Amino acid sequence: MPDDSRRLITIVTEAILELELCETLEKLGATGYTVTNARGSGHRGIRDAGWSSSSNVRVEVVCNDDVAQRIATHLRDNYYNDYAMILFESDVRVLRPEKF
Amino acid sequence: MDPVIWFFVLGLVAGLARSDLRLPPAIYDLLSTLLLITIGLKGGVELARSPLAGVLPQAAVVLAIGFVLPLFVFPLLRAIGRFGRADAASLAAHYGSVSVATFAVGVAYLGERNVAYDSQLPLFLVLLEVPAIVVGILLARGLRSQQRWGKLLHEIFLGKSIVLLVGGLAIGWVAGPDGIKPLEPLFFDLFKGVLALFLLEMGLIAASQAQALREKGLVLAAFGILLPIPLAAVGAVAGWLMGLSVGGTTLLAVLTGSASYIAAPAAMRIAVPEANPSLSLTASLGVTFPFNIFAGIPIYYSMATALHQWGG
Repeated sequence: MPDDSRRLITIVTEAILELELCETLEKLGATGYTVTNARGSGHRGIRDAGWSSSSNVRVEVVCNDDVAQRIATHLRDNYYNDYAMILFESDVRVLRPEKF
Repeated sequence: MDPVIWFFVLGLVAGLARSDLRLPPAIYDLLSTLLLITIGLKGGVELARSPLAGVLPQAAVVLAIGFVLPLFVFPLLRAIGRFGRADAASLAAHYGSVSVATFAVGVAYLGERNVAYDSQLPLFLVLLEVPAIVVGILLARGLRSQQRWGKLLHEIFLGKSIVLLVGGLAIGWVAGPDGIKPLEPLFFDLFKGVLALFLLEMGLIAASQAQALREKGLVLAAFGILLPIPLAAVGAVAGWLMGLSVGGTTLLAVLTGSASYIAAPAAMRIAVPEANPSLSLTASLGVTFPFNIFAGIPIYYSMATALHQWGG
């Protein structure tokens, strides 16, 4: 029986980073990602998606442990200081492990 | 006062009173798209009527102004405002670049008074948008940085405002006055209505910057109000020396006196991420934009009129 547990990474960050981030994720080994528009509030203030400069995106990636580690490290080193960004991970089970 | 300005006031008051009024982001995008195309088309149609060769030297002067303005703003911000290098560079890019909405209000202002303006102004708008952003990045980074310029230039030149303005100019130029007739009801006749709705949303956005202004205090407000006047004077004098009409001189002053809030914030966020984005947005949107549409544009119009009367 194949191992069907994977990591789900969720990143919430500034919409302006979307393109750059998605390219980076693929480079780091993610096989795919899902982007949704988001709004909310945090220590960088209210980001209400009223217009482009204040909108957020939520990017989700399902991947294995290695890739998850690489993504987390890369984002922490390159974006955390200057951008509104949070990242959290959770364990998920997938139906078709060969996809991820 | 032009009734479109009242829509800005309405948005501002509604936003400050925490009304739930809010235009969907897609509508805001559509409105700004319509405005950009309209301004481009108008310019293109007019350019089609006049020979292009006479415009080229003027275009070169305007481009040069675009490079010089941020160099004038940056040291002021460093010395008097005591801003850090990144923040000062970002603000300099915002104030060197231009605001299409302010330009649109300027066009409406002249329209109300039946003052004609020269056909090349929309072209100047395009030319003034980019140089300050490049200079701002260089001021923050220095020449030897390994900035990813390819990516950045892509962001700057293929940003939606440049694409739509240049596209509108090109289409208007190719189609000419007769070809554009079927499009006039949407783009030209509805201009004031679209502008009114757009300003309503701008009022709401400006209100959301008010909170940040309370934190940043007086220095930012003072810069936001005092900076546009000398910057506009540069444009007014340049326009007058180039032989533009009173309307054209006014609009060039409006352009140099305005501060970007779409192209510059996006580019600076990517190129100079350590600069505080709310600082420059608060100044350009929360202070300078309202100042310009209420007081600035009439002042620049008097500057232009005075120059033309004095110079004959």
